Amino acid sequence: MMTEPRQTITNRVAFLEQRIPKYASVLGITGLLLLWEIICRLNIVPPLFLPAPSAILTDAWEMIATGELFKNLFASLYRVGIGYALGAVLGIVIGLILGFSRWTDAIVTPIVYSIYPIPKIALLPLIILWLGIGEMPKVTIIALGVFFPVVINTFSGVKNVDPILIKAAVTFGSSHANVIRKVILPGSLPMIFAGLKLAAGTSLLLLVSAEMIAAQQGIGAMVLHYGNLMITTKLMVGVLLLSLLGLLFNRGLQWLENKLLPWK
Amino acid sequence: MRIVVENVAKTFIDSKREVTALQNINFAIEEQEFVVLVGPSGCGKSTLLNIVGGLMSPTDGLVYFEGTNQKQPNLAIVFQEIALFPWRNVFENVVYGLEEQGASKQEIQEKGQHYIDMVGLNGFEKAYPKQLSGGMKQRAGIARALSVEPDLLLMDEPFSALDAQTRTLMQEELLTIWNRTKLSTLYVTHNIQEAVYLADRVIVLSRHPGTIKEIIRIDMPKTGRDSEQNREQFEKYSNQIWDLIRHDAQEALLEG
Repeated sequence: MMTEPRQTITNRVAFLEQRIPKYASVLGITGLLLLWEIICRLNIVPPLFLPAPSAILTDAWEMIATGELFKNLFASLYRVGIGYALGAVLGIVIGLILGFSRWTDAIVTPIVYSIYPIPKIALLPLIILWLGIGEMPKVTIIALGVFFPVVINTFSGVKNVDPILIKAAVTFGSSHANVIRKVILPGSLPMIFAGLKLAAGTSLLLLVSAEMIAAQQGIGAMVLHYGNLMITTKLMVGVLLLSLLGLLFNRGLQWLENKLLPWK
Repeated sequence: MRIVVENVAKTFIDSKREVTALQNINFAIEEQEFVVLVGPSGCGKSTLLNIVGGLMSPTDGLVYFEGTNQKQPNLAIVFQEIALFPWRNVFENVVYGLEEQGASKQEIQEKGQHYIDMVGLNGFEKAYPKQLSGGMKQRAGIARALSVEPDLLLMDEPFSALDAQTRTLMQEELLTIWNRTKLSTLYVTHNIQEAVYLADRVIVLSRHPGTIKEIIRIDMPKTGRDSEQNREQFEKYSNQIWDLIRHDAQEALLEG
């Protein structure tokens, strides 16, 4: 008997399920650093324009030893910490109120949306005029920058809470206050976190800008200072520190989110 | 305690026109009675349930409890959308109503566990809704409603989101649970077999406007309605209801 010709069917979307080993995420960054170091060692680019990673690390160590690095880091952390906390808390509270009360929504939302598109750094000269040249204007500008994304996200978070859940809560005897506390707040928390993460980037941007314009200490001031002196290794220490800070900031928020939203 | 629905009417005012969803609705649910509202889509049965549940105001008429002896009556709803709080685990969802009633810690613990056991969810107390299958979610929804021991239990097409097999099993379980609790129940469905299987009385609604077409007492023992010797009677009731609804259902189909 003759065998029938066969045509086996194979999974043509196997590439969608491809597994990537864990070390892959470290691969890119190590490769980049290595390439960078080699370029510098071979003197392809003069060290003034692009200092080698090893040189940056050496200078960073020296700056840690003299205490210069931490002095600037703490000045920045203080500003961004207070500014971020202030903006986030105000943003969440006002966002919840806007979402819940139709009257305040109608009155306040147009104001929020007309101030939102202003790049906040443009307000710094005015705020310095109002609040003097101390820490206050820098903290205020960061708080402002954080406030807007948080308030807008909180607001839409509240609006996106499924009405059936509110009906269920009321059916099972919840008061208005408990509806807010037990349904609207947890229901809008995912959106609030999206806003907080967005605001993390904004806060660093404003921190550095404000410190470059008006500060003696802080990472922004440090970067500008070494830029003016053309000491690029120390400048790069500041830049890399910012990258690290942003990374840690995001990781911290992610950790908090996983902690607070285990149901997601 | 009985619940009376008196002359209830509901008109929705659209920007263009007025739509009468319900008109002249009069019936009562006796103590320990299982009443099923059945009708074609768009007959206003869910609207009626919402009005009875206090989630919508009627344009006319009223709904009241009779013979409450000064006690504040409470009611519970099992939603078609299930409406479990996604951020609460099964136990926390089930005891939500007890929590809001201000029950003691011990009472919450005991009753919560009792009703979780009753719906067969023991072992899943710590699971979040997204980890459960549709059938299990609705079990939690039922336990949440039972745990407040309501004077009136409202069920709005509770099994319509489930697959046919799960649905059959859940109907059987509901009947078992009901035989233990004997709660006065108003149950909305568009499934005629479900209505005949569960009801003491079936209220058939017609559409445009939604009015009561007929109230049919199901004169069969509460258990074993699906058994062989009851097959004929079961069919008779089903056909009777289907004949009442068929015309309206066809119209509903054409309207889309």
